[in-house]
Amino acid sequence: MKPEPNDVILHTVTKLAAVIIFTFSIDLFWAGHHFPGGGFIGGLTTAAGIVLLYLSFDIERIQTNLPVDYKKMAALGVLISVATGMGGMIYGDNFLEQAFGYFDLPVFGETELATAVLFDVGVAFAVIGTAITIITSISEDEL
Amino acid sequence: MSFMHFIILLPFIAAIFIPFVYKKWNIHLHTGWFVIIVPLFIFINLLFQIPAISNGDTIFLSMKWIPSLGINFDIYLDGLALMFALIISGIGTLVVLYSIFYMAKEREALHNFYVYLLMFMGAMLGLVSSDNVLVLYTLWELTSVSSFLLIAYWYERKKSRSGALKSMIITVFGGLAMLAGLIMLAMITDTYSIREMIASVNLIIESPLFIPAMVLVLLGAFTKSAQFPFSIWLPDAMEAPTPVSAYLHSATMVKAGLYLLARMTPIFGGSAAWFWLVGGVGIITIFYGSIRAVRQTDLKALLAYSTISQLGLIMSLLGVGSAALYFNIGNAQEVYAVAIFAALFHLFNHSTFKGALFMVVGIIDHETGTRDIRRLGGLLTIMPVTFTIALIGSLSMAGLPPFNGFLSKEMFFTGMLHASEVNIFGLDGWTILFPIIAWIASVFTFIYCMILLLKPFLGKLQPEKLPKDNVHEAPFGMLVPPVILGSLVVLVFFFPNLLAEYILKPALVSVIPTVSTGNEVFEIHAWHGFDSIELWMTIGVIFFGLLLFFSIKKWNIAFRFFPDKLSLNNLYNATIENMEKQSASFTDRYMTGNIRHYLLYIFIFITVIMIGSLISFDAISFNFSSTGEISIYDIGILVVMVAAAMTTLLTKNRITAIVSLGAVGYLMVMLFVIFRAPDLALTQMVVETVTTVLFLLCFYHLPKLGKRLEKMKFKVTNLIISIGVGLTVTIMTLIASGHRLHVPITNFFENAYELAGAKNIVNAILVDFRGFDTMLEISVLLIAGVGVFTLIKLRPKGSENDEA
Repeated sequence: MKPEPNDVILHTVTKLAAVIIFTFSIDLFWAGHHFPGGGFIGGLTTAAGIVLLYLSFDIERIQTNLPVDYKKMAALGVLISVATGMGGMIYGDNFLEQAFGYFDLPVFGETELATAVLFDVGVAFAVIGTAITIITSISEDEL
Repeated sequence: MSFMHFIILLPFIAAIFIPFVYKKWNIHLHTGWFVIIVPLFIFINLLFQIPAISNGDTIFLSMKWIPSLGINFDIYLDGLALMFALIISGIGTLVVLYSIFYMAKEREALHNFYVYLLMFMGAMLGLVSSDNVLVLYTLWELTSVSSFLLIAYWYERKKSRSGALKSMIITVFGGLAMLAGLIMLAMITDTYSIREMIASVNLIIESPLFIPAMVLVLLGAFTKSAQFPFSIWLPDAMEAPTPVSAYLHSATMVKAGLYLLARMTPIFGGSAAWFWLVGGVGIITIFYGSIRAVRQTDLKALLAYSTISQLGLIMSLLGVGSAALYFNIGNAQEVYAVAIFAALFHLFNHSTFKGALFMVVGIIDHETGTRDIRRLGGLLTIMPVTFTIALIGSLSMAGLPPFNGFLSKEMFFTGMLHASEVNIFGLDGWTILFPIIAWIASVFTFIYCMILLLKPFLGKLQPEKLPKDNVHEAPFGMLVPPVILGSLVVLVFFFPNLLAEYILKPALVSVIPTVSTGNEVFEIHAWHGFDSIELWMTIGVIFFGLLLFFSIKKWNIAFRFFPDKLSLNNLYNATIENMEKQSASFTDRYMTGNIRHYLLYIFIFITVIMIGSLISFDAISFNFSSTGEISIYDIGILVVMVAAAMTTLLTKNRITAIVSLGAVGYLMVMLFVIFRAPDLALTQMVVETVTTVLFLLCFYHLPKLGKRLEKMKFKVTNLIISIGVGLTVTIMTLIASGHRLHVPITNFFENAYELAGAKNIVNAILVDFRGFDTMLEISVLLIAGVGVFTLIKLRPKGSENDEA
């Protein structure tokens, strides 16, 4: 067995950076409705954060601490997007017709809620799932 | 979404929940008990539509799907659609009930089975009730897919898989042809609605595409309804579990072709080509099916050929009856409308008696373990109830009283006799063949009905030949569905006009809108008097049928003279084999496994197409009047970009290449920032990061840059192509940005806040305005991801790809 490399600095920085990246990606996702950002960018940033974790630690360790099946996540994402698209049809609208409204919620005050955000969740999931699936499958490929 | 839409989509909705139900409750209760609620509910709801529809009303309900393309899920429920929907849900209920006892809950993968079955049921219901041809086509193919899945249900058997594949290839081939035909019709009439097509039938008749569209639509119908020579898939489809054969491959799916023909009769009917094609193919199929059926030793194969034959019977009636549209009114029209009426009547009857017969064969198979008539015999005393149902079913199929098959068979003879008098479509003398072939085929029909009835039940029981010992009557629940169908067979004989009044006549009006159904020719009578030719034809069938049945061993040898090599199956196998070989050798020529070659194809193609079309349209002209200022930053970034790109090309170190390629990407980000496109900049940056990681992962797979051994010729080719691509893209960009053909749509997107409630226009476009694109894009992304995963993870061991 190979001796474990001593990369304390990499690990410490990664742990800190990962938190920042994930926070930033969530912010990007939510910002998407009114400011630069959105499901695609948010998802890709999250994926980049996870890849960073994979790079500095090993895949097994991340997989035990973050037990997500990314293939299923990608499929779930597409399913969510299609389902939100169908949602409009039940109310007699077109397929993929998005709705939005302004609601007065406790704590948040006047808030805009839009089905487009749900659709965007699907996009983000699909992006994260696919990106990580591709990267892990290639990296685990034995030469 | 209306209640009717809900009813029709209910099977799909239920299919989503079935796997969970199976997981949770199947140990206690057979999943079928949950499934049966769905068709029963649909059936009861449809029953309530009968009074309105039989009064001549129709129901039209629209649901938007993709209205910008004219694709809407429009339900149009008239007599024809209702009749089919009732058969689908009614037989569906009985088949599910039957399957509860046929499919053991401990052994079978019931969740798969019922999901496929519900999928089929929903598709079929939607198919017959849709007014939009594109929706109809989609569901048409969905029935093929679910049929494929159901035939291959026992997928560990090789025969199941090949049978499923065969049915899929043939029916999807027909389906695609039909799509082309439907699109032609849509092009002529400028609508996707069947009703609107019928309304503008004059346009279609005058169009030069009339015959091509007709032939293509017919191909779809013939393949689906297993007409000669496309019938070969149906016997192989018998590998499916018997409830499936009873449901899909005799009662419903194979009748989709007949439905389509009936639906399209107002458009194509009345022309000579339709009369001869539909009638001719139908009559050949009756003959072919009945003769082949006599030879079979497997009971299900016998039923499969008999189904082919019976479908041909209905088909020929539809063909002959289409002459009614040639005459717009009056006596002549009614004479031929009777044939259509007979077709609908027999279609209904066939669903009842053939469904019952399939269930009987299923019972025999289930209880004895074999369907081979050479092993079976003497089951009469063991299975009296099953025998009674078999008696009713097969005598009805043979066309004997007092069963419903007798009535429709007599009407079939009437229709064929009328056909012999047709002298409006040219080829006059040949029409006499219709009644002659019909009669001969009926004799053989009688013979195979006798085989089906007598061989397994009479004779001596040979327990040592049966795989299962202790043979006994089927459980009660398994007998209920065939008993219900058998009672219908008898009831319809005694009260045919009740059925005619409420179901058949409204359906007839859908096929021939101008017909007056009050006329007495549409009264069904069992007795026409001794002077009717039909009666003597039936008596002749019985006489010669019995004669030939008892001498079967003597003339059966004649079949041996027909060489197996010339059979349709061999033709099919040889064609498939040949095509596989040809396409493999062709594909191997350009699929070298070398990614550089693939990139070469792509780039050459892009360059040639774009430059070629630019030159041929004489479109190369530049207009720089609207271009913005070029700042010093732009130039600086571009210079560095070019330098980085050149470094990637010229370096001999792979790491350097990867990093410099990344630099090109990050500089692109800078450009986006300068041009104030933060969304693009962000996306590009993250994509670049992830790509760089990907490159690092593929590090070992990259070509070794240090030792370049390529020949000069190779390098020059690459140089030419890369310069070509660069020039093409540059020229295209410059031309495109200098010309405005249409009013810019920017203004529309600037209203994003009012339209979509979003201040970020880019995102509003992605998730709302162009949501369809995004949805398909992430689907493609998913497919690509799964593709990479399967290529790498599921690669068979020991067959490593050649590393390029």
